[in-house]
Amino acid sequence: MRLLLGLTKPTSGSVQRRAGLRLGYMPQRLQIDASMPISVGRFLQLGIRDVDVPSALARVGAPQLTSARLADLSGGEMQRVLLARAAARRPQLLVLDEPTQGVDLGGQGEVYQLIAQLRDELQCGVLLVSHDLHLVMAATDRVLCVNQHICCHGHPEQVSRDPVYLEMFGDKLAPYSHQHNHHHNISGDVVDDGCSHDHDHALTPPPSSSAPSGSRTSSKSDKDQ
Amino acid sequence: MNDLSFLLHSTFLWYALAAGLLVALVSGPLGCFAVWRRMAYFGDTLAHSALLGVTLGFLLHIQPTLAVGASSCLLALLLVYLQRRQHLSVDTLLGILSHSMLALGIVTVSLLDINVDLLSLLLGDLLAVSPQDLALMALAAAVIAGLLMWLWQKLLAFTLHEELAAVEGVPVEKIRLALMLMLALLIAIAMKVVGVLLITALLIIPAATARRLSSTPEQMAFIASAIGCVSVILGLAASILWNSPAGPSIVLAAGALFLLAHFRRQESV
Repeated sequence: MRLLLGLTKPTSGSVQRRAGLRLGYMPQRLQIDASMPISVGRFLQLGIRDVDVPSALARVGAPQLTSARLADLSGGEMQRVLLARAAARRPQLLVLDEPTQGVDLGGQGEVYQLIAQLRDELQCGVLLVSHDLHLVMAATDRVLCVNQHICCHGHPEQVSRDPVYLEMFGDKLAPYSHQHNHHHNISGDVVDDGCSHDHDHALTPPPSSSAPSGSRTSSKSDKDQ
Repeated sequence: MNDLSFLLHSTFLWYALAAGLLVALVSGPLGCFAVWRRMAYFGDTLAHSALLGVTLGFLLHIQPTLAVGASSCLLALLLVYLQRRQHLSVDTLLGILSHSMLALGIVTVSLLDINVDLLSLLLGDLLAVSPQDLALMALAAAVIAGLLMWLWQKLLAFTLHEELAAVEGVPVEKIRLALMLMLALLIAIAMKVVGVLLITALLIIPAATARRLSSTPEQMAFIASAIGCVSVILGLAASILWNSPAGPSIVLAAGALFLLAHFRRQESV
């Protein structure tokens, strides 16, 4: 993911990115020193100078936060604000790093709902790294399972039958199946033509102890509009 | 009374005041970044190594402020480099460097039998500021202030989240470098005011005090500058009235203001 965002240089291979691709990035968390007196509105303006703060916050269902102190936000509020900042750039590709970090169980569903909503609204691709295995398998179009290397990738249903995946997570953790009516282009390369793809991508050390620690599942998908 | 009017007519006092105020003005906003980014230890390391800069400057016949400026800049670059390929935690790394540099500075000053007053380097020598010093300090302060104003938004974005800023197009490495170099410059000019041991205090205390009184980053920067200036005036006054050392008096004044702000806050809650 860091490669993709251009934060790290690849040691081998290359990253192809369409020229002028607008990225919206939502970091895993924002650790802010309590001594920083900055409001949510100002924080959003640092990302995009002429942002319409009220509407950006309304979009993520947090219009009341405009003048709240950034350091005082709860985990869920912070995730919404970060999502608002990423979305306010009107990205073609929305890159989300474990968007439900520090959000309670009830809030997690809401955050994912918001992401789906934003995707429809912005017509953008979504690349998501997540530990929420069930969710990844249920809501994404393409999964990329990563444990040191790419173990398996493809449609969730396909991945959930992959022997490598089964070995890692067992078959109990792959409950999802659905009707799928479009074509997949399964390539390992992630960055390509922004808008027509949803890249959902999940990192998952599973709750069960059957998997090696540090293993990650990631899911990634193509969705044709 | 005669004494006082004599003092008020002596130029060294006004030079001292001007130098102190210059440093306080720019250390306000820079101190805010030091507090926000938790760089107190970093500032300490730069400051402690300034002594070595003086020694080197003496050996190479370079003006002390210039020598310290140059050596601090070099060290800042070295630190940025080391932080990137660190095996130790930053805290440990800085702790080792900070005190090794200070020790090395003191030892070289003693061994080389350089004709400098060690105590004035460690604790500042505000009342001995010369017009030449003052001109250099004004220049450095102007550079810092200019950079701060120019890069302010980017510095804030960088401080809040480096990777987010990088993705959004802020040249993060350049901003980091600029911040380090501004700190190095500040240390070069603040050494004369409060000495290498107490520079971090001048950086941190006004900013920490301002934090309780402000609601925006800009407000905090301005209030920190103002508090720094008041500390300089109070410390200098104490130094003249009671013949206390100027640098430590300024730091004490800043500390007292911090406590005062603390109590005020508690009452209002």
